[in-house]
Amino acid sequence: MSTEITTDVVVIGAGPCGLFAAFELGLLDLKCHFIDILDRPGGQCAELYPEKPIYDIPGFPVVTGQDLTDNLMAQIAPFAPEFHFNRMVNSIEKQEDGSFKLETDADEIFHAKVVVIAAGGGSFQPKRPPVEGIEAFENKSVFYSVRKMDDFRDQDVVIVGGGDSALDWTLNLQPIVRSLTLVHRRDAFKAAPASVNKMKEMVAEGKINFLLGQIGKLDGENGQINHVHLTTDAGDLSVPATRLLPFFGLTMKLGPVADWGLELNDNTIKVDTEKFETSVPGIFAIGDINWYPGKLKLILSGFHEAALMAQAAKKIVSPDERVVFQYTTSSTKLQKKLGVA
Amino acid sequence: MKIQVTDQAGDVHELEGLEGWRAMEVIRDWGLNIKAECGGALSCATCHVYVDKDWMDAVGAPSDEEEDMLDSVGDVRSNSRLSCQILMSDALDGLKLTLAPSAAKD
Ligand SMILES: Cc1cc2nc3c(=O)[nH]c(=O)nc-3n(C[C@H](O)[C@H](O)[C@H](O)COP(=O)(O)OP(=O)(O)OC[C@H]3O[C@@H](n4cnc5c(N)ncnc54)[C@H](O)[C@@H]3O)c2cc1C
Ligand code: FES
Repeated sequence: MSTEITTDVVVIGAGPCGLFAAFELGLLDLKCHFIDILDRPGGQCAELYPEKPIYDIPGFPVVTGQDLTDNLMAQIAPFAPEFHFNRMVNSIEKQEDGSFKLETDADEIFHAKVVVIAAGGGSFQPKRPPVEGIEAFENKSVFYSVRKMDDFRDQDVVIVGGGDSALDWTLNLQPIVRSLTLVHRRDAFKAAPASVNKMKEMVAEGKINFLLGQIGKLDGENGQINHVHLTTDAGDLSVPATRLLPFFGLTMKLGPVADWGLELNDNTIKVDTEKFETSVPGIFAIGDINWYPGKLKLILSGFHEAALMAQAAKKIVSPDERVVFQYTTSSTKLQKKLGVA
Repeated sequence: MKIQVTDQAGDVHELEGLEGWRAMEVIRDWGLNIKAECGGALSCATCHVYVDKDWMDAVGAPSDEEEDMLDSVGDVRSNSRLSCQILMSDALDGLKLTLAPSAAKD
């Protein structure tokens, strides 16, 4: 049975621009829920450059991607937005009463009066290794993440990669599989040293098989693999396999955003510059995902867009309420909301 | 300064390399099939190229950080490099590169 959640605003994407939108919406008493395919907030800042310094955020001569994310999370904490991670928004449908129904791939339904698309460069999805015909096996015997451990019980599992995901799942799955082969292109791993040591012990004990190489062709039929071909320095090899788990990290894909019936400009959503509303009234788009003449894909621009969007969103959620413009420095009302007055 | 780039379809392109630019920026500016998602921040590996054997010495070896990043593509060869880490200079006039399948846009 699907879970149903009703709220004022659903924000799709917990990148920096979406996060700041929760602040602007919160000041206007609008409650929001976030949905993101990643397992944590921050979008590109957290996924692509957590440790790199950003120099053009006003008031911060320098701040890393992760610190900016942490600060935004602290700034919006008084409004307690709710986060739904590890899910992708697949569809948005306008209802007769003007509200929206959103469906995620985790079998949830959200009802909201306003939708804010802050999907940035698109949803983060696993990198597909360049192996011919791999699509036919995906979600049947080739997986990019482990959702149910039991799918791997008593299977011949091949895991490819040298990072934390590859090592963690090697260690976690080993006790329940029939056989496990870890494949990595070199003998150096970018994973927690404790996991690497544990893996090496298991190799020495003969519990897992480690091979230096890369995956080539896959054999099998009807979505079920039976062999994985590997290219190794010692020549080509074929390993029996009923499950393959490639862990090559993430890449951004526009994904379902393109199918939501909104007017697009290339891979971005057209908006006006007064409210940052899309071609569908009630659906807004802010941050890297939107387009208007002169658009700059900067965090700064997304912050500005969030402020104007929130004013327009308020009018939709509470059409009869008069909104008075106030400064956070001088308004005790706003300061009370922030918990500082 | 010229660079010769073979794309994923096998077509060869002669591009004007600019001193101080990275090879990735030249390839992207020319509109070839390179995703270069992180814009040169060594955070994505979607600018993966193969360096022509004769140019390997001139281009030099990848840094440890670049090697780590190369772990995130499945088509690494001994002559693999991330093109955002190749800085154009006179010494690389005539450089020959081939775009890796994993560098392609979606
Ligand atoms: C290496 C690098 C350096 C940068 N340096 C700077 C800089 O110095 N200054 C600057 O201003 N900008 C910089 N940028 C750009 C900046 O990161 C972006 O402008 C910013 O991240 C955009 O924020 P956003 O919130 O719009 O989207 P994003 O950060 O892209 O976040 C979007 C989120 O939405 C999620 N999402 C998308 N679609 C769906 C869906 N259907 N379902 C569920 N979730 C979905 C994604 O998973 C993601 O988490 C840099 C970018 C990179 C890659
Ligand atoms: S452009 Fe991302 S690593 Fe080169």
